[in-house]
Amino acid sequence: MSLYYLQKFLFQLNRDELAQERYGSDLDGLLGEFDLKEEEATALREGDIGLLYVLGVNGQILMHYAAFLGIEWFDYLDMMRKGIDKHGPVRAGVYTMTGGGSSFTEEEKHR
Amino acid sequence: MSLVYAGVLSHAPGITGRANLVDNVAKRDEFYANLDTQRQQIKDAGAEALVVIAAEHFGNFFMDNMPAYCMGIGEFYEGPIEDPEWLKIARTKIPGAPDLGRRLVCEVMKTVDTAFAEEWKFDHGIMVPLNFLTPNYDLPVIPVNINCQGPPLTPLHRVWAFGEALRRACDSVPERIAVVGTGGISHWPATPDSGKINEEWDRDFLDRLMRNDKDALLAYTDEATYRDAGQGGFEIRTFIAIAAAAGGKGELQFYTAELPIFAVGCTVASFDLAA
Ligand SMILES: [Fe+2]
Repeated sequence: MSLYYLQKFLFQLNRDELAQERYGSDLDGLLGEFDLKEEEATALREGDIGLLYVLGVNGQILMHYAAFLGIEWFDYLDMMRKGIDKHGPVRAGVYTMTGGGSSFTEEEKHR
Repeated sequence: MSLVYAGVLSHAPGITGRANLVDNVAKRDEFYANLDTQRQQIKDAGAEALVVIAAEHFGNFFMDNMPAYCMGIGEFYEGPIEDPEWLKIARTKIPGAPDLGRRLVCEVMKTVDTAFAEEWKFDHGIMVPLNFLTPNYDLPVIPVNINCQGPPLTPLHRVWAFGEALRRACDSVPERIAVVGTGGISHWPATPDSGKINEEWDRDFLDRLMRNDKDALLAYTDEATYRDAGQGGFEIRTFIAIAAAAGGKGELQFYTAELPIFAVGCTVASFDLAA
């Protein structure tokens, strides 16, 4: 489990415009600079929000990655829920005790 | 002199970024009106600088070198670090107070080890409060961070000591200073449980905070806070630091759990400043 480097990758991406550029033009090169497991690298290559959440990425980092990928807010929440359905509970990090998350907002029910 | 105002207010990216999705528009506008009252109170107090005790979210501080406490002594700051479209706050330069900041850091350091930073990109945790409290960005800002995100976290009794040290520091300088703490109470931000708010827990916490009951405020454990108030509950540190700095009782001006789209119970309060 290299959650530290997985989150470090996203931390850099969120705050560094050059990294954002390289995400588009040289993703493999960028990924190669971090000590990532294959599952983690694949999740990043595919923008798999659900798996990244299950792997333990903090939402304060993950939500900006989702926004960077152009994912709308309610879709972002849904992707995390589907990730839990598919991969099981969060494996590491601060959310190992957090639940699966039914919708808590009226606004989301309009969809 | 020279602490002239102490208060708390909520931050969350949704407060600005998802304002257009709100169902309960009247409640939202009531919240905004109370934030504007807070802006006016800070202005009426004659504040020359605004200290913002925040709980930033991996914008600047990360687990490669995570300070428990950090104070800004930069000449200026930039923000928001997030996509301005997403947060609906335009990217701008915010004036700092480097000389005053250094004097505050020196005084705080006599009892609490704080890191300091001359460079800081404000995230929503500071930008959302500034958007309401100094919308023209014409009040010098001294950012303060308490790590509430990446455990191990500083224990609450040290937060209290930090708040007291900050008060002593403010009182040691001639400038008129306002301090605000910005956190959430119970919330599960940016997780599938986003929008969940434990109103009962929030109201109990706010009761302890308004009474400025040190023992009751320091009685929380991180385990219980996580269980009842989510990982967002760790941000009570920012509010507790303000209670310690103020010394007096608080006045709760606004609280609602009825804006879950903001993913936090929305709070505005101010404190009496005990001598
Ligand atoms: Fe926060």
